[in-house]
Amino acid sequence: MDILRFITAGSVDDGKSTLIGRLLYDSKSILADQLAAIEKQSKNKDKGEIDLAILTDGLRAEREQGITIDVAYKYFSTPKRKFIIADAPGHIQYTRNMVTGASNSDLVVILIDARKGVIEQTKRHSIIASLLALPHVVVAINKMDLVNYDEKVYNQIVTDYKNIQEQLGIKNPRFIPISALSGENIVDPSANMKWYKGGTLITILENVELKNDINLTDARFPVQYVIRPQTDDLHDYRGYAGKLTSGILKVGDKISVLPAGHKSTIKLIEKDGKPVDEAFAPQSVIVHLADEIDISRGDVIVREGNEPTVTQDIEVLLCWMDAKAMEVGSKYLIQHNNKQIRCAVKGIEYKLDVNTLEKQTSVAAAQLNDVCKVTLKTARPIAVDSYAKLRTNGGAVLIDETSYVTVGACIIQ
Amino acid sequence: MSKYYLDYLEQLESEAIHIMREVAGQFEKPALLFSGGKDSITLVRLAEKAFRPGKFPFPLVHIDTGHNFREALDYRDNMVKQMGEKLIVRYVEDTIKEKKLAEPKGKFASRNALQTYTLLDTIEEFGFDACIGGARRDEEKARAKERIFSVRDEFGSWDPKLQRPELWNIYNGKIHKGENVRCFPISNWTELDVWNYIKKENIPLPSIYFAHERECVVTNQNQLIAVSDFIQIEPSDKIVKKKVRYRTVGDMTCTAAVESDASTIDDIVKEIAISRLSERGETRIDDQVSEAAMEDRKKGGYF
Repeated sequence: MDILRFITAGSVDDGKSTLIGRLLYDSKSILADQLAAIEKQSKNKDKGEIDLAILTDGLRAEREQGITIDVAYKYFSTPKRKFIIADAPGHIQYTRNMVTGASNSDLVVILIDARKGVIEQTKRHSIIASLLALPHVVVAINKMDLVNYDEKVYNQIVTDYKNIQEQLGIKNPRFIPISALSGENIVDPSANMKWYKGGTLITILENVELKNDINLTDARFPVQYVIRPQTDDLHDYRGYAGKLTSGILKVGDKISVLPAGHKSTIKLIEKDGKPVDEAFAPQSVIVHLADEIDISRGDVIVREGNEPTVTQDIEVLLCWMDAKAMEVGSKYLIQHNNKQIRCAVKGIEYKLDVNTLEKQTSVAAAQLNDVCKVTLKTARPIAVDSYAKLRTNGGAVLIDETSYVTVGACIIQ
Repeated sequence: MSKYYLDYLEQLESEAIHIMREVAGQFEKPALLFSGGKDSITLVRLAEKAFRPGKFPFPLVHIDTGHNFREALDYRDNMVKQMGEKLIVRYVEDTIKEKKLAEPKGKFASRNALQTYTLLDTIEEFGFDACIGGARRDEEKARAKERIFSVRDEFGSWDPKLQRPELWNIYNGKIHKGENVRCFPISNWTELDVWNYIKKENIPLPSIYFAHERECVVTNQNQLIAVSDFIQIEPSDKIVKKKVRYRTVGDMTCTAAVESDASTIDDIVKEIAISRLSERGETRIDDQVSEAAMEDRKKGGYF
């Protein structure tokens, strides 16, 4: 059994929360007492209808206003897989939440209201999924019950989406007609859409191939913590603790420590206190080197000959997440893996319209939810890969130097 | 199956170890909040995996409500002695006396809310800048929205609307003096994941998690609360002797037992897998006060 992390993207009325409620309900992940609480709150409880959307509305303000204001995580499993859902709000001002939820996801379910078809928000959600390089995309055409389960309506939307998918940067999406409200093609097949020959949503989610999504070629081992017991019996013990974010490291491998560029050889790898011959992503291990070199938290151990770029000048697609605008010349902290250093914004090349992909030049500042191509200068060199090449080493965040709030997401180019 | 494959428990374990090491790497004075329950016992095992053969870079801290199960305290003391790690205990009883706090009234009253005062005092006393806790997002809906690194202000308050975006595996623990961060390494685990991990790792647990005979008071909601010195028994009370076990370990006054014959971890995993009630719903009286009980407590500085 493995884990699929996915995000659902849809606008306010696309039935996103209902879909998640339905997945949990039909996979029998909602327990009796939780159901009782939902029933108590459902508006139409007298008619025997329960409002599954209530399941994902965690906070008081959300229940009061009937909206979702932040990413909520939900969990369920089937015998095949454990699922982690990031439920991100769909309204425009919360684009940052979708970026947040998508950053850790393997798959996105993009919801389209069958009555509305492909609209601006569909494009925005697709573009964000593409920017964050989600390996798998499912386009779910919802509310089929409201268009009389009409195959023609479904086919038209599929055609419309296919016409623009390349432009949006989406590869090989899967399409599925559903009704979240009545639970059709979610866990149980629909009796009203016999013309649809594909699997239900849950079978798609259960069977998406994930093993190729982990990069086992480019070894990257950011050092998080140096273990030095300094006791009598472990006097010379010096282990570098971290998680392999990609690739494989073996005992005997020649390595470089970046950004300094020191060379050494792997002498020992420990997992659970026992020596192992090799470690692979995403394992957490302890690595020992043959030579005594100066390594501290924030350095990254890589295999010699397969190295990331060590640079002080990086180009990023920046999703701005703060109410206070970002201006050229501003200084921030950049955090890449576990390394935090100062950086300055050197220039904004363009602003990307996430609804149309149009590029607007001569932009002086980035506002909340803007996506801009930006050049950054870091105070010291950092070892980065492009996000397109290596998702696990190509992301970084910007932190405000005085409030310490995370204000931007960087997709390294 | 490729040999380069991690199953779901191994993935969750590696994620949790990564988070623990981030805490150790980012903070000057972290602590691990230890209650003697299965979730914090799991955290201790994960800390061993993260830092051995070194010592933990943090003490274990127990906020003792004074209403604990004896078995959980014995387990705690025994475990700490065997591991040679540092344990700090602070007592809610002392806070109540010092601050002249009003104790919640009622038969099955919970000191859960009072625990927050002792926790905040302890954080201040030792200058802890990060506290690792065993909260899971599947437990409760306010928890489902909380970050893995959750920044709290000087008053320990959580502001759900002002949370830092948390992207990829990047945890921003940068804080101002006086603030602290609550860190939740097993955020993405479910109750069943924890049990499966305990089974896989063969982790010993306090005996109250396994079926045993116990005298209990039957509450109005038909829940079973252990007869103890902390509860005043009245003639009208219905007392029963049942074979029970605990699904969670909280205060004796407000944690309900469940009827069970499960005497091994295997039995428990089977029982949880088919349970139709959630852990908190079945066993925590204090969560049922209102729709937003947990949200409110978190805003007030609770875990």
